[in-house]
Amino acid sequence: MIQATALTKRYGTKVAVDHAEFTVAPGKVTGFLGPNGAGKSTTMRMILGLDRPTSGSVTINGIPYDKLAAPLREVGALLDAKAVHGGRSAYNHLQVLAKANGLPRARVDTVIDLVGLHSVAKKRAGGFSLGMGQRLGIAAALLGDPGIVMFDEPVNGLDPEGILWIRNLMKALAAEGRTVFVSSHLMSEMALTADHLVVIGLGRILADEPMAEFIAKNSVSYVLVRSPQMADLAPKLALRGWRVEMQGDGSAHVYDAKPSQIGDVAGTEQLWLHELTLVHSSLEEAFMRLTASSVEYHAGGTAGTGTTQDAAKPPSSPDAPVWGEAAGDGRAQPPAEPDPSGQPPTPYQNSERGQ
Amino acid sequence: MAATESVTINTLPGNGAGSGHAHFGRLLVAEWTKLRSVRSTYWSLITVVLAFPFFSWLIPFLIAHNWNQADPGSRAQVLQDPVSTIIGVGIDLGQFGIAVLGVLVMASEYSTGMIRSTVLASPRRVRMLAAKSVVFTLLALVIGEIVSFVAFFIGQLTFKSVLTVNLGAGTNLREVVGAGLYLGMLALFSMVIGALIRHPAGAITGVVLLLLVISNIIQLIPGAAGKYLYSYEPTNAGAAILTNHTSDKFLLTAWEGYAVFAGWTALLWVLAAWLLVRRDA
Repeated sequence: MIQATALTKRYGTKVAVDHAEFTVAPGKVTGFLGPNGAGKSTTMRMILGLDRPTSGSVTINGIPYDKLAAPLREVGALLDAKAVHGGRSAYNHLQVLAKANGLPRARVDTVIDLVGLHSVAKKRAGGFSLGMGQRLGIAAALLGDPGIVMFDEPVNGLDPEGILWIRNLMKALAAEGRTVFVSSHLMSEMALTADHLVVIGLGRILADEPMAEFIAKNSVSYVLVRSPQMADLAPKLALRGWRVEMQGDGSAHVYDAKPSQIGDVAGTEQLWLHELTLVHSSLEEAFMRLTASSVEYHAGGTAGTGTTQDAAKPPSSPDAPVWGEAAGDGRAQPPAEPDPSGQPPTPYQNSERGQ
Repeated sequence: MAATESVTINTLPGNGAGSGHAHFGRLLVAEWTKLRSVRSTYWSLITVVLAFPFFSWLIPFLIAHNWNQADPGSRAQVLQDPVSTIIGVGIDLGQFGIAVLGVLVMASEYSTGMIRSTVLASPRRVRMLAAKSVVFTLLALVIGEIVSFVAFFIGQLTFKSVLTVNLGAGTNLREVVGAGLYLGMLALFSMVIGALIRHPAGAITGVVLLLLVISNIIQLIPGAAGKYLYSYEPTNAGAAILTNHTSDKFLLTAWEGYAVFAGWTALLWVLAAWLLVRRDA
């Protein structure tokens, strides 16, 4: 069980994590989702006692990490950045950690076999590929057979086989009753592994709910309408209370309506229809919508450029009814209005950024 | 590396085998394992182990070779402090191996990212720093003493044809023992600099500048201030134990000097420990 209370980290004037409140419970995989720079790594580092919170606290089974008597027995962590001396062999690296906590030597062999590094265990870790480095990090995390495991962006650098392996590993660990907390900036990855979701954007917790609930709330769909008489059709659709978003290419996205209802309206009004398609937006889009106002690094050139720190009012508390609004009128946040000049704004196109 | 459908994590074999507590004794073992398992330790120590005795042979050899042609002034210098003649050049060069290793022991934790693993395994950071200090200082001290005595005996043998150097005479024993003590303290001092600066290149530059440049240049400061700065500069103070003749600008006795060196090291250690806890790892 990990519990964060008003957890805050400030670097100078910049707030990396802002009064984060969340609980990570045992027996399931909890996904920690947020765009790059949202504060995921900083939060994880504070959980692990690597960074000191500016204010607030976070505890492991009720105890701050730096007060744990047997840290590796309680928590295992794979961090985003490398945490290995490149001149030391994988085996010796694990030996050092095992000895620091008095873990039996057999445990080192066990985790080396578990992650499949047996053949390179005596090689210097500096020569490891990204994927091998991740596996070594996972071996270190599992060394103490901990009840809580934390993985920061674990699929980074892994090949498809490795990704599948780590997904299964996380699920297996959770099935054994452990607390599994895994961060990612990929909603699609989370959808496949996580049972519970904590969403963070610009340091604020935007959502903390079961995955199923998140999906139910956010599987927004709309009807793509194409008509040569769109200028006449759109107002008629809007009159029915449906939200109509004009697209640059003369089509429109209509929310809250079924294709058949739109077809009926067009028929009644004797307007031509060229296309009527039901489109389900992906979870990735739902995530982008949710964090649209809290993406720190936008790619330049789009309508929503510029930092959006002040673009949207943050939810006053994590469980404020921002979700209801989002579900009710769809795009509640800034890029809501159709851009008459062209493409809809694409706020989440920031480039990768190491943390 | 086949993808497995299900993964089982064995629970620890023999539950009595590990409470998993990160207590001091275990941290000592871990730090010792760290030292043994990287090459930089061996390379740095080889510098001391080879260079120190080599120059303790070469300098006496050259002096003995030219003894009959040497002017009385040079001879008197050698006779006044033969141990310093034997170990002086060797330790001047050999100390850099210890200093560089000292810096690396701590700063490489930061440059490689190892510090995160270290602090995860021992979140009580001061305890970790203490364990590292004990292990590394003891290693440097033991190697320093062994090498100092070996170097002395090599020099003693080489000098045999022209003069007899008795270990028991005058301050000779103190100087030889002091050489090892100096290296031990320098090891800890450098390690602490590495902990404070955290960047290997920066910290090594700092220590080398202190040993080579600053320690000498401050004696150019005129007046009493210059004497005090020169005498209380940590490495100058510490090196007083290596000789029986100090410059008239040096205000301390040999053991006073060593105590000043130890005091500086202790002060910086406390500062490093405080910063270690305060700063993000």
